[in-house]
Amino acid sequence: MSTGILLQAAQTLLAILLAPLLMGWVNQCRAWLQGRSAPSIVQPYRALRKLFHKDAVLAHDASPLFRFAPYMVFASMALAAGIVPTLANDLPFSPAADVIALVGIFALARVFLALAAMDIGTAFGTLGARREMLVSFLAEPALLMVFFTASLISQSTALPVIVATLAHKAFAIHPSLAFAAVAFWMISLAENARIPVDNPTTHLELTMIHEAMVLEYSARHLALIEWATAVKLFTYSALGIALFVPWGIAAQGDVAALPLALAAMVAKLAAGGAALSLLEAVSAKVRLFRVPEFLGTAFLLAVLGMLIHFLLEA
Amino acid sequence: MMALAFHLQVVNLLAALLLLISFAMLSQRRVVGLVTLFAWQGAALAVSTAIVAGTTGQYHLYYSAALTFGLKVIAMPWYFYRLVRKLDVNRVVEPLINIPTTMLIGILLVIFAFNLALPISEMSGTVTRSTLGIAIACVLLAFLMMITRTKAIPQVIGFLSMENGLFFAATSATYGMPLVVELGVALDVLVGVFVLGIFIFQIRETFDSLDLKHMEKLKEK
Repeated sequence: MSTGILLQAAQTLLAILLAPLLMGWVNQCRAWLQGRSAPSIVQPYRALRKLFHKDAVLAHDASPLFRFAPYMVFASMALAAGIVPTLANDLPFSPAADVIALVGIFALARVFLALAAMDIGTAFGTLGARREMLVSFLAEPALLMVFFTASLISQSTALPVIVATLAHKAFAIHPSLAFAAVAFWMISLAENARIPVDNPTTHLELTMIHEAMVLEYSARHLALIEWATAVKLFTYSALGIALFVPWGIAAQGDVAALPLALAAMVAKLAAGGAALSLLEAVSAKVRLFRVPEFLGTAFLLAVLGMLIHFLLEA
Repeated sequence: MMALAFHLQVVNLLAALLLLISFAMLSQRRVVGLVTLFAWQGAALAVSTAIVAGTTGQYHLYYSAALTFGLKVIAMPWYFYRLVRKLDVNRVVEPLINIPTTMLIGILLVIFAFNLALPISEMSGTVTRSTLGIAIACVLLAFLMMITRTKAIPQVIGFLSMENGLFFAATSATYGMPLVVELGVALDVLVGVFVLGIFIFQIRETFDSLDLKHMEKLKEK
């Protein structure tokens, strides 16, 4: 049991600490692909350190909610990072939430961020919050459908069981999972404010979604939100790995498999990050009114995956 | 869940891919993208037919697969690319019904097709019977695409995609039609495409557009 708790703590900390590195890797890859000289891979850490050393500026009208929200967002993401198995399966935290509750945790962070954005009363904050809600209310059902497909295959909504079914049993091709994987990729792009739904580097008022919401934040609050964004990307990547390519994640109590699990995780995240930056380099941001179509397609793919599961695999 | 042989799992995966490509075609606004998707659909069909041929020992299916590959992956897409370049019609074209609605109708069609295929595939004795539902869904989706498009080339591609679905249905329900029939169908489709190609040129000569709305003028009052 104590090994379990130790492992849990190590895994959560690793996820939180490695998250900016993944962000840096994605930015680096994207700069290479765009033919620019790339920023260092540890640039996100430097940015965070700089922000933590600055004095926070708060608007006069800010309510306590505005100051409280970054901590809430960061805590939610840290909790989510602890629940998703990245290194070892079936850790003490995992029974705390199944995949459906995990969606709820992401939603909690989003609600607080949107409320904080509207709290100041600036036009940009409200605009960003509304857009974020538009994106998320379309993304959430699709995400649930993806989880249902994975759950139907493993007969459980608990993440450890899903991982164990795929990683440690006889290999079988699940066409439904292929659909779910594509849908999940699209949803992650939308949820993590990446191209083609949102551009993480833009501050152009017509197009920004996530950046519009955090425009009023500064210093440690902004640092926490940026860090939470990185942890969110990391958690979504880990979630995708756990659902669709879980090979390498150590089984319960298998301490000897941990070095291999770490190597597998780093390799998969590096590949995933490179793929993400490649996709961002070749695609353009879509108009906001095309976003429902994009997410509708993701929903459709997830539903198709479920239907195909009933036809071919049931 | 019963464990299937590995190559049958691959056939199932390809069947799922066929369905995915059908949906991608429904949502595609550009003609060139449509042609590329059509070529991919043909490729998936050819590979799955070849695997079924190898699995079941129905060697005439190898010829069908080769024919599919030659015609639908190489010849026809090449012809369509040329046609699109010549006519300069590669623009974004909005379908009659907007795309999210089309997709929802598509899902309903898939559910309908799966239900329809269930009793038929229970009677069938082939190893690939479970993919029959997907084949029927592909036919219906291609049909939907023909209905929602107003331009000539997307309609022709919808027609060919429907033929793909029918071919797949034949393979999954009865290991394909006799070779003579398949040769006949392939030839028909090939000739049909060329005739339609000439026809498209004529439509443009007459109306200066490929929009089939203009053909309503031909009605006698």
